[in-house]
Parts: sequence; C-alpha cells; structure tokens
Amino acid sequence: MSVQVNVKLDCKGLSCPLPILKTKKAVDGMNVGEVLEMTATDPGAVNDMAAWSHRTGHALIEHKQENGSFIFYIRKTR
Amino acid sequence: MSIINKEVQELVDEKLKESIDSKLNGWVEQKVRSLMEERVSALEDKIKARETRKKRVAIVASKGSLDMAYPPLILASTAAALDMEAAIFFTFYGLDIINKHKYKSLKVPSLANPAMPVPVPNILGALPGMTAMATLMMKSWMNKAHVASISDLIDVCRESGIRLIGCQMTMDVMGVKKSDLIDGIEIGGSATFLDYAAEADIPLFV
Repeated sequence: MSVQVNVKLDCKGLSCPLPILKTKKAVDGMNVGEVLEMTATDPGAVNDMAAWSHRTGHALIEHKQENGSFIFYIRKTR
Repeated sequence: MSIINKEVQELVDEKLKESIDSKLNGWVEQKVRSLMEERVSALEDKIKARETRKKRVAIVASKGSLDMAYPPLILASTAAALDMEAAIFFTFYGLDIINKHKYKSLKVPSLANPAMPVPVPNILGALPGMTAMATLMMKSWMNKAHVASISDLIDVCRESGIRLIGCQMTMDVMGVKKSDLIDGIEIGGSATFLDYAAEADIPLFV
C-alpha cells in the first residue's frame, strides 16, 4: 500500500466508542484530501469504522490486520 | 326570416360557447399546471431539506446507576462523531448523571441484578458493602478495557454541542438546584424534549 499518510492516530487498547471519537477529532483537524492512519485493537472498530465512513462520507481507503491490530486508512473528503 | 335568424343565432351561440369553452379549458389547464408545479417544487425542496439535514438522535436517560449512565452518553457522543446531532433528556434518577456531587460516584446495583458476571444471589446482594463491591468490579473491568469514564464522555458530549437537558420537574421533586448540576446543562421539561424529539430520526429511552 503506497498511500501517503499525513496523520497517524494510535487507538490501541481503547474500547468503543473512543476509537471513533478520536478518529472524528483527528479528521476534523486535517485538510481535505489528507490521509489518516488509525490503529486500533478493538475488533468492533472494523464494523464501526465502516459505519462511520458511511455516515460521514470520509473515505475508508483500506483496512488491514497486522499483529493483532487493525489499521485503517481514511481520506478526508470534505 | 325569424326562423333563419334563430338558426343563425343558435349557430353563433354554439360557436361562442365552443370558443369560450376552449379558452376556459386552456386557462384552467394552465392554472392547474402552474399550481401543480409550485406544489411539486415545494415538496422537492422539503424532501431535499430532509435529506440534507443532519440525522437527529433524541435520548431519554432515566436511570442513575453506573451501568445505565453509559449507554446514553456513548450513543450521544458517537452520534456526534457520525455527524448527527443529539440531545439527552436527564429525568428521574437519570438526573444523577449530570449532578456534580454524584456523577463521579454512580454505582452498580448488586441486588436484583442477574446480569452480574459473577452472579450474586439476591440474599447476598442485599448485604452491606455489596453495591460498593459490584461498582468496584465494574469500574475495574471498564478500566481494563480502557472504556472512557463517565466524566470523559460528558466532556465529549459538551464539546460536540450535544444538548444536555436536565428535567425541571425531577429537580423540583428531588430538591436539586441548577448549581448542583455540572456546567453546560440546559433545564427543560417534557415539552422541551418532545419538541426536539418530534423531529428526531432515532428516539431512544434508556
């Protein structure tokens, strides 16, 4: 994956709804087009991030699983 | 002569009637069409406004135990993260969630709570100290799972512009003053909440 990451956010160990709340806050502080890399360990974050992206319209470009963590790439769209 | 005159008159009348009819029909049709267009475009605007306006969540928080304080706060703060707007109406024991003397010490009931992970027989749950123990247990699990604390969630709600409405009637009944509540609370009654909830997409009672 060769996406350029602008901001990184570590949500490892946090439970619902903190990963979503922190992601929202991070994206609010970014410019349109920039990409956020968010790492979480809460398995619920997989579905929650998809729902969040669906609701807010920010693009969930990719998510992958690495060493028990879930990594999400989110592009701010507006 | 008069017969011919009469026939001519009738013919003229008929032509006149036809012409008036067709003019009238044309006019009515035009009028109806323009009224319909007006109506349709008004409806379209209404639908568009509905589609583009933020989704709205209206939550009633009626319970004051620690376990029942979480759902309204989690749902409201998540709603804000999902670009929705939300309000929580704190009523009856739910008012404790925004009572500054109480919100940091909400408790989990040990009695009549069959959902306790280590099931406690009611006869034991009634013993002194059991509520404190159940509360301590829940707090330690929540800490271990890094769940936000009640006061953190309240902060998120306030920062995200979620309306936190304290129930006036409950305050009167329980002798709670506005100064007993945390900052950033508005006071209102059931009508205040229902006025907001009437336009809600997601109404919830906790």
